[in-house]
Amino acid sequence: MVPESYYVALSAGLFAIGVLGVLIRRDPLIIFMSIELMLNAANLALVAFGHRHGVADGQALALFVMAVAAAEVAVGLAIIVAIFQLRRRLSVDELSVMRG
Amino acid sequence: MPYGPFLLFALIVVGSAFGVILLRNPIHAALFLTVNLAGVAALYLTLQAQFLALVQVIVYAGAIAVLFVFAIMVLIPGKEETGPDPLRAQRWLAVPFAGLLLLETLLILRSAGMQTAARPAATEASNEPLYRLLLTDFLFPFEVTSVLLLTALVGVMALAKRRVS
Repeated sequence: MVPESYYVALSAGLFAIGVLGVLIRRDPLIIFMSIELMLNAANLALVAFGHRHGVADGQALALFVMAVAAAEVAVGLAIIVAIFQLRRRLSVDELSVMRG
Repeated sequence: MPYGPFLLFALIVVGSAFGVILLRNPIHAALFLTVNLAGVAALYLTLQAQFLALVQVIVYAGAIAVLFVFAIMVLIPGKEETGPDPLRAQRWLAVPFAGLLLLETLLILRSAGMQTAARPAATEASNEPLYRLLLTDFLFPFEVTSVLLLTALVGVMALAKRRVS
């Protein structure tokens, strides 16, 4: 049996890759995909912890994270499409209209 | 060799994650994201979370991937990253900082999370199946999730409608 710490280490790696994607890319779609990577990494850690303690709580939490991720992607993509209709181009560096 | 499946799927997952963040074309990134999500589903299977693996394939690799591909097809961008990058110097700083974050996370997990004793004996109470947990301990979050999904549905429709009119 593979120890759960390996899964948690893998999840930490996936999370770091997602953070890297958010930081280095300018396309909001790719940034969204990187956020999905991070949510998945968190899910993997939750399931691994639950498996280690022999309970299904981690899986229940991961299920809720999936529901939140689905809602987030739907709303986020709608916002991106609306911005694209307004501006005709997409780059997160130019979207500074809400800057204080 | 018990490590075989884990190593295989870990390699697939990490490789496809790099594919997502490094490829120029968003459609390729979306396809690599699908591979990544399917790989995570396989990892759930190795952790005896069969239901979650199925939900992962249906919700993530099915619905969310389709949503991404649909958005890319509607937008057809792919040219936005070819222009001059005003923040190029700052952007390279992201690599060491992401590495630092990974190191930090691993150190924290090593010092705190994984030094507990071996797994406790699975008692009757702690070994409840997922479906029972969702309708007992997690009933309130379960109901709130339905409100959240409804809110997201209404919100997306409101956003999309304003664009048409």
